[in-house]
Amino acid sequence: MASIKVEIRSGAYYDSAFLMQLQRSLATLPGVQDAGVIMGTEANKELLAHIDLLPAEAESAKPDDLIIVVRAETETGAIEALSKVDELINRRKSTSSQEHRPQSLETAVQELPEAEWVLVSVAGRYAAGVTRQALRLNKHVFLFSDNVSVDEEIELKQISSEKGLLVMGPDCGTAIIRGVGLGFANKVRLGPIGVVAAAGTGLQQVTSHIHQLGSGITYGIGTGGRDLSEKVGAVTFLQGIDVLSRDPETRVIVLVSKPPAPKVAEKVLEVARRAGKPVVVNFIGRTPAARQVDNLTFAGSLDDAAEQAVKIANQGTPVAEESKVKIDRFAPGQRYLRGLFSGGTLAYEAQFILQDYLPRVFANAPLNKENRLPNSLVSQEHTIVDLGEDEFTVGRLHPMMDNELRIRRLLEEAADPQVAVIMLDVVLGYGSHPDPAGELGPAIAKARKLAEAAGRYLEVVAVVTGTDEDPQTLDHQIEQLKAAGAWVHPSNETVVRYAGRILQALNQPKEQPEAAATTPVALATLQGTLIAINVGLESFAENLTAQGTPVIQVDWRPPAGGNERLMSILEKMKK
Amino acid sequence: MVDIEQANAKAVERMMEARPVLVGVAKAIEVIPGMHPNLLLHAGPPVTWDRMAGPVKGAVFGALIFEGKAKNAEEAEALVQAGKVEFAPCHHHDAVGPMAGVISPSMMVYIVENKTHGNRAYSGLNEGRGKVLRMGAYSPEVIAKMQWMNEVLGPVLDSAIKEGDGVDIRTLLAKALHMGDDGHNRLDAASLQYTNILAPNIVRVTKEKNTAAEIIRFLGDNALSILNPVMAGCKTMTLAGHNVEGSTIVTVMARNGTDFGIRVSGLGDQWFTGPAGHVKALYFPGFTDKDANPDIGDSTITETAGIGGFAMAAAPAIVTFISGTPKDAINTTLDMYEITFAEHKYFTIPQLDFRGTPTGIDIRKVVEKGMLPRVNTGVAHKDPGIGQVGAGVVTPPMNIFEDALVAFAEKYGF
Repeated sequence: MASIKVEIRSGAYYDSAFLMQLQRSLATLPGVQDAGVIMGTEANKELLAHIDLLPAEAESAKPDDLIIVVRAETETGAIEALSKVDELINRRKSTSSQEHRPQSLETAVQELPEAEWVLVSVAGRYAAGVTRQALRLNKHVFLFSDNVSVDEEIELKQISSEKGLLVMGPDCGTAIIRGVGLGFANKVRLGPIGVVAAAGTGLQQVTSHIHQLGSGITYGIGTGGRDLSEKVGAVTFLQGIDVLSRDPETRVIVLVSKPPAPKVAEKVLEVARRAGKPVVVNFIGRTPAARQVDNLTFAGSLDDAAEQAVKIANQGTPVAEESKVKIDRFAPGQRYLRGLFSGGTLAYEAQFILQDYLPRVFANAPLNKENRLPNSLVSQEHTIVDLGEDEFTVGRLHPMMDNELRIRRLLEEAADPQVAVIMLDVVLGYGSHPDPAGELGPAIAKARKLAEAAGRYLEVVAVVTGTDEDPQTLDHQIEQLKAAGAWVHPSNETVVRYAGRILQALNQPKEQPEAAATTPVALATLQGTLIAINVGLESFAENLTAQGTPVIQVDWRPPAGGNERLMSILEKMKK
Repeated sequence: MVDIEQANAKAVERMMEARPVLVGVAKAIEVIPGMHPNLLLHAGPPVTWDRMAGPVKGAVFGALIFEGKAKNAEEAEALVQAGKVEFAPCHHHDAVGPMAGVISPSMMVYIVENKTHGNRAYSGLNEGRGKVLRMGAYSPEVIAKMQWMNEVLGPVLDSAIKEGDGVDIRTLLAKALHMGDDGHNRLDAASLQYTNILAPNIVRVTKEKNTAAEIIRFLGDNALSILNPVMAGCKTMTLAGHNVEGSTIVTVMARNGTDFGIRVSGLGDQWFTGPAGHVKALYFPGFTDKDANPDIGDSTITETAGIGGFAMAAAPAIVTFISGTPKDAINTTLDMYEITFAEHKYFTIPQLDFRGTPTGIDIRKVVEKGMLPRVNTGVAHKDPGIGQVGAGVVTPPMNIFEDALVAFAEKYGF
């Protein structure tokens, strides 16, 4: 007749991997039929009941209680097996290569002060506490644990961004720091590409593919899946982009995530645009409006992202244009665009491209109805007017032939103190005015003077459509416009994007509260040899050791044995 | 809100800066504050006769016989039952006693003065190992030795101590830690130093050559000669750190064989008590753990002051008590850094690159980490009259630190 014996140890915490080992060791003892070593959560107790290993005295075990249960052929066998538990626990400790295991993060930091990283993989309800402590000790955190509340995540990331530290996670499975993998990571060679990812396997797929394509990785920064939610606001993601933009070894940046909240996506892309490096973006499942926007390349899949990044890194393509715009010459209050077009298609395309930069552009011929300008004669906010529309040409020549209406409107717009940029198109060729720049140029100069006299700076940009063989001659037209102080280019897209960047910059809220409290992550803390402290799953420490990384395993237990009241007192005392 | 860090820094600084010096020997009733003819002091927190442990009862019998109030154990017990004897913890009278820790009015006690802060503490004369009063033995030879100590040893020691400038306990301990002592269970080096310091003076103040020789041999043979002055010295240190408003530092750890009690600097004279633990020990031949009394004595004042079990790394030879390796001794000290506030300025450990010993047990850290102070201790027989049966290691019960933390939170509004 088999005998079941159970022992409940209250407040004894071990990670689950260790408990499994212990369970295996117990089960192989002579005479033992089966063994269970498990924390007393409801789910675990059900599991035990299912395999008929839950005697009555174990039913009342609490989640903080360690249940050790053995079924043996005889009662003596069962009792003997239970008596071996301590021996088995201690045997494991003495075979560990680490001579003394610190019992707390503070002591581990004293023993290994050079460590810049703390890996946290303890049970979710303790994870925020350990992370808070790591941040207090000025360490970056790889936070593998899940079941950390969103409020805790927000709080932790606020602390970390104030201190210039990274909290990768919660629920961050993967990161690569200069060739060393944290958590689940592939062996990827060092190279010129840096990745920021809010998706663990996404990061693994992209970095592996980059490796397969012969290139490599500087950093693979994981953020945890919730980072790009509106509540969390992409704190870690933005820090990651910032780090990679400043890291001299990173030549191309890859961003990987499921589609973020729209507001957050806007913020992320805005920061990416200012990265000063090519950035490949893959918001999985989201179809990009364009393949290429300034320094951004939108990829259609993870593999595509890897391929684009490697291609750009191999070409050594510099960032297409100077992506920084000067906005300090504008007066306060100047923030709007006025586009005065003669060509309907050009006006239409301008609206389309401006979607990448501005939330709303009014027009008399809008992309969609809700942006229709109520009165075509009166601009409001950002406005694009197609002066070639029928309403303007009744009883009057088309603006491609007659500049008078446009010049009047130009001067009107220039007088508006909120206007920063005025865009014009100048279409050459047979049929058009014989010398449009000859009339528009002086008007532009006058408009700019007018603004200057009022203490403002007026940016006038113009696209010139034509060829050098046109009767008006392209170069001659461009020269006249430039002489008048306009920024001129024969590509409509280039002109619109130039204007878009200026306007986007002018319309950024001046004081971003979260940005104000942010301290940049010091690159030096990431560039040295990776040294880490591991709190939680021992396999993470073993993996680091296998990669030649110095690591200390903390013999961590839940604070105050998991007693909520004592924990709350201790936490209050720390404030 | 009170600044705990600052309060603890102050408490521990005072503990470390205290400089205990052994200044003399006198009868308890002449020097111990509040001592009176019917009072017996004992180790640990307060305890009533019905709950008193065997070794304490044995020592009480011995003390009453020694005082001439009873001829034997039966008479002694009758006196107690009749309510003629009053009991109080040594700690309530600035005194400390090893094991049973019984001090009676006529007993000679060491006087240790903290020269920095001026406070004093007291402890009896050490009887050596084996069948002794502090372990609960009270046979005629035990009483005879007590009488010799009182009449011959005590007065000579007093004169010898006063012949010089006293004995600087802190300096002596700091040296002993560099000579393989832990300052509690292993005091071989300290006791020899002590004998060496006093020997010339003993010769000078003793009329009889043979008496001088006897006393010097008694001190030199007893590897625990210095234990009582060390304990009194540690008491002056922790007392200097006591009653600092807002401090979570433990200033007393003591056991009476029934209960383990602590006091906390910021919580005044309140005791927090729980059951005294079972000592994990090596036993003398003929004894087993069935004979052992639970943890007992005021000697944990050494751990409270940052030596003893906390300085185990300095005393690798001690691990034979627990069948361990010298590495275990080092790990014990490393573990104690987890629950202490500071590293001692004057007590250092060569094996740890002269790192200061872990000093100032912080109840916050004990509770948070679930790690208990480590105590090295002797083991007394559970019955009165038998004495020491072994030595080993033990920890206090966790609840006393938890209770203290809750009381602290209530008092200071956390």
